[in-house]
Amino acid sequence: MTSTPTTADGPPGAGAADAPAPPEPAGAGRAGRVARYVAGRLTTAAASLAAVVVAGFFLFRILPGDPVRAMTEGREVTAEQREELRRQFGLDEPLWRQFLDYASGLLRLDLGTSFQYREPVAELILDRLGPTVLLAGTGTVVAALLGLFLGARAGWRPGGRGDRVNTAVALFFWSVPTFWLGLLLIVFLASGRGFVPGLFPTGGMVAPGADGALETALSTARHMVLPVTTMVAVIYAQYLMIMRSSLMDEKGADYLTTARAKGLRDTLVRRRHAVPNALLPTVTLVFLNLGQVVSGVILVETVFSWPGLGQLFYSGLRVPDLGLVQGLFVVFAASVILMNLLADLVYPLLDPRVRP
Amino acid sequence: MTSLLDVRDLRVTYRTGGGDVPAVRGVDLALDPGGTLGLAGESGSGKSTVALALLRLLPGTAGVTGEVLLEGEDVLGMRWGRLRAVRWADASIVFQGAMHSLNPVRRIGDQIAEPMAVHGTVPAGEVPARVSALLEQVGLPDSRYRDYPHQLSGGQRQRVMIAMALACEPRLVIADEATTALDVMIQAQILALLRRLVAEHGIGMLMISHDLSVLSSTCDRVAIMYAGRIVEQGPAREVVHEPAHPYAGALSAAFPRIGDPASRLAPRGLPGDPPDPADPSPGCVFRPRCAVAETVCATVDPPLWPVDPDAEGASTRQAACVHVGPARPLTATGDGGAPTAPTADPTEEKRP
Amino acid sequence: MSAPAGTPGTPQTSGTDRTGGAGGAAPPTPRALARRRRREALRRFAREYARNRAGLIGLAALLAIGALALTAPLFVDQAELTITGAPGAAYQPPSAEYPLGTDNFGRSILDLVVWGSRVSLTVGFLATAVSVVLGTLVGMTAGHFGASGGTAGRIVSSVLMRVTDWFLVLPTLVLAVALAAVLPRGTGTIIIAIGLTVWPATARLVRAQTLAVEARPYVERARALGGGHAHVMAWHVLPNVMPVVLAQTTLLVATSIIAESTLAFLGVGDPTTVSWGGVLEAARNAGAISSGIWWYMVPPGLAIALVALSFTLCGRALESVINPRLREQR
Repeated sequence: MTSTPTTADGPPGAGAADAPAPPEPAGAGRAGRVARYVAGRLTTAAASLAAVVVAGFFLFRILPGDPVRAMTEGREVTAEQREELRRQFGLDEPLWRQFLDYASGLLRLDLGTSFQYREPVAELILDRLGPTVLLAGTGTVVAALLGLFLGARAGWRPGGRGDRVNTAVALFFWSVPTFWLGLLLIVFLASGRGFVPGLFPTGGMVAPGADGALETALSTARHMVLPVTTMVAVIYAQYLMIMRSSLMDEKGADYLTTARAKGLRDTLVRRRHAVPNALLPTVTLVFLNLGQVVSGVILVETVFSWPGLGQLFYSGLRVPDLGLVQGLFVVFAASVILMNLLADLVYPLLDPRVRP
Repeated sequence: MTSLLDVRDLRVTYRTGGGDVPAVRGVDLALDPGGTLGLAGESGSGKSTVALALLRLLPGTAGVTGEVLLEGEDVLGMRWGRLRAVRWADASIVFQGAMHSLNPVRRIGDQIAEPMAVHGTVPAGEVPARVSALLEQVGLPDSRYRDYPHQLSGGQRQRVMIAMALACEPRLVIADEATTALDVMIQAQILALLRRLVAEHGIGMLMISHDLSVLSSTCDRVAIMYAGRIVEQGPAREVVHEPAHPYAGALSAAFPRIGDPASRLAPRGLPGDPPDPADPSPGCVFRPRCAVAETVCATVDPPLWPVDPDAEGASTRQAACVHVGPARPLTATGDGGAPTAPTADPTEEKRP
Repeated sequence: MSAPAGTPGTPQTSGTDRTGGAGGAAPPTPRALARRRRREALRRFAREYARNRAGLIGLAALLAIGALALTAPLFVDQAELTITGAPGAAYQPPSAEYPLGTDNFGRSILDLVVWGSRVSLTVGFLATAVSVVLGTLVGMTAGHFGASGGTAGRIVSSVLMRVTDWFLVLPTLVLAVALAAVLPRGTGTIIIAIGLTVWPATARLVRAQTLAVEARPYVERARALGGGHAHVMAWHVLPNVMPVVLAQTTLLVATSIIAESTLAFLGVGDPTTVSWGGVLEAARNAGAISSGIWWYMVPPGLAIALVALSFTLCGRALESVINPRLREQR
């Protein structure tokens, strides 16, 4: 089984396996294949994005029946106010008209207006994008490095003590709800009432008094410790398990015997030969799991009051502010799809076997 | 003169869930510097296990005993550091199925260069030039340096394996089914290449194959393995053309010889299957498939005898069959206790 | 997964049916043979499973928790779980009377956690059922028609898999929360929101397994004998897909229970029931976190982790029994 586990149909095959290899592929043919591959990926991504747009409309305009009622549930609202809201959100127009307005708005990066903040959703999102990227990026990178590193060690000696301990710890953290782990860290390390009182701030991103670039950076770093720890603890497990099984698949490979016969140390055999091969299928799966990272960041931001998109999402849910939630839904889904597109485009550069 | 390779009473047992399975049951081999020795046998006879055992490349579930003297030094008793130094620098392997034996995601030039860097046999600056020279020796253009294995054909990959095996200028090359997966024309090319390089560099070669005709055209001497033991060995031409052991005869007859219409018209196979290595029945293991088995064969497991003790160079031609050698007809009393039995009796010649 | 009469799992034997009817006395009828074979397979299965220590621990924990959830009404007074009927004072630390302390209304945390298991397990099982049925249907359809449905079948199959991949890539939580937010509040909504978002992994797994089964000779034979799509899928594919689905189901329950608690924590759960996630939401809203009332939030979270871990251990044990390749590598 040499096919790569990419989404849908794998990249174009590696080419002739047994026939005498052609000389260097002719420039034109190769460029054509690359263009076809890229075009295929772009089409798929575009279709996925279109599906997100339709799903966003369906979820928030059609499914609730009357979005205004859903938003004002449990509140004292007069019939006139409802009508006013309805007009304001364009809900008095026919559905097809609403959809056209919504879709053409998206093309202009207009995500509608927030009911709660009375501001364009796009601006709200732009304001809070930075903190989320910082948190999610740091968390993902640390979790991926940790998970891949531990997974490579565990998978090299499956059944050994290191493997059993690693797997058990990973499974435990995987079974723990993200938000609860965050709450625990706050209670015991930040609340001032726990065992190590007030070691870290309970939430936020920067201490109010901080000024100057250095002080701000240090304060941000201190505020990031607990949120990043929480994210890493919950998502590193899947990277570990993926890497572990991927490496176990490679363990019996003949080229590892060759490497050993060459006189390489065991660690070198693992690092130089086994891991690079095991890493490739892992990369795709890591990107496929980015949705989990989004889920994680929403919860972590909610628990630690981190001023990012996740917290914005939570505040939109509490109202509920359907315009805001809809905009965030589209942004979250689209970013995951675009990251996967990126992975598809980068993968052939990493794996010589599937290079078109 | 110390021989290049001296294998004494090599035994390999795989520990499995269902008990121990002996795969190699007392093999003795000897190879002089620059000599070529062929090891033949059907699949499952243990010949590839022997190849891997020589450099201790078998998995942890395999128990290996005996002696593997490489230029007088016992490989099986080496410390890990010494073993790593010996691997590839003193003895390298051309593996079977080069597709899987090359790392699919590393450039072939780097893979050829790797052992030189590991063993420090070539100064770092000269490695690329040396790789180019090796590629040229095996008939590949220098432009292949940056190719990946999947961009090469099967024959080209096998050439890369050979170049890699020669990288550290070892004294011994083990070719494990090096030509098996190739079509006949390519196979002939690769064999010619191996023959030439081995002769040019004075390298000793242990060539393992199921194909007796390949071995007879390449090697000075041939040993034939059956069910984990050597049943006949001697000069290649003699073993192939006048086999003494019934199994060697069957193996030889299975390959029609060019220019011999009789063998072409009546190619013979061998009925039955190889024995289950986990089954410890007494007597000669080949007996169930043997056309000339006698009653004594059920109890006697003969060691290697000189085939023709009176002839000159008698000790070079041996076979393990009751129909061979001086003691025939043999009685069922002494298991290998015959006085003229050479060094091959595993039960008696334990390590000192 | 009670198999109907006959031997769906081992269709080779049904071909040798001599009497055609059941209940023949003297020689064992095919049906009796099949039953015996199934019993033996089950026993072998149990033996294999018993060799997995982690799996046994998980199973024991699940049985204990299940028993506790079922018998909860016997020793928990529902009236004491309401805000007005709370028996104790607010925020009492653990004591003999309240082993896990009380919450901000004076309710016993232990009682809340025990009672919460009922909702969490129910939602976990039902949401899993929804997603497994959906995933199996989609996966089997895609696999079957992709393998033997002609051009139209291949189109259907590839469309289904595109949809599956789309759901697979999407952030599960965002979708589930959105569904839960726009649909009327209630336990049913939570079940649907989770069930509709976690099915794609099952669909992919089932499709792969279906393709493997369809490649086997006896499916070819069934098709050659005139078996229609429904016949092949129900009698040959489904029984062979079931074991894989079973292991996947067990793992999914863990996911679903975590998802339920997450939705409740984000405030889109059913506010009228007591669930573990709901207790944690209440703890946070009451300010128990920043004031360090650890006994309010440690027990519900531990309960979630314990149940999820137990299901995961069982699922992995099942997987390793079903897939011997995994077992060797364990």
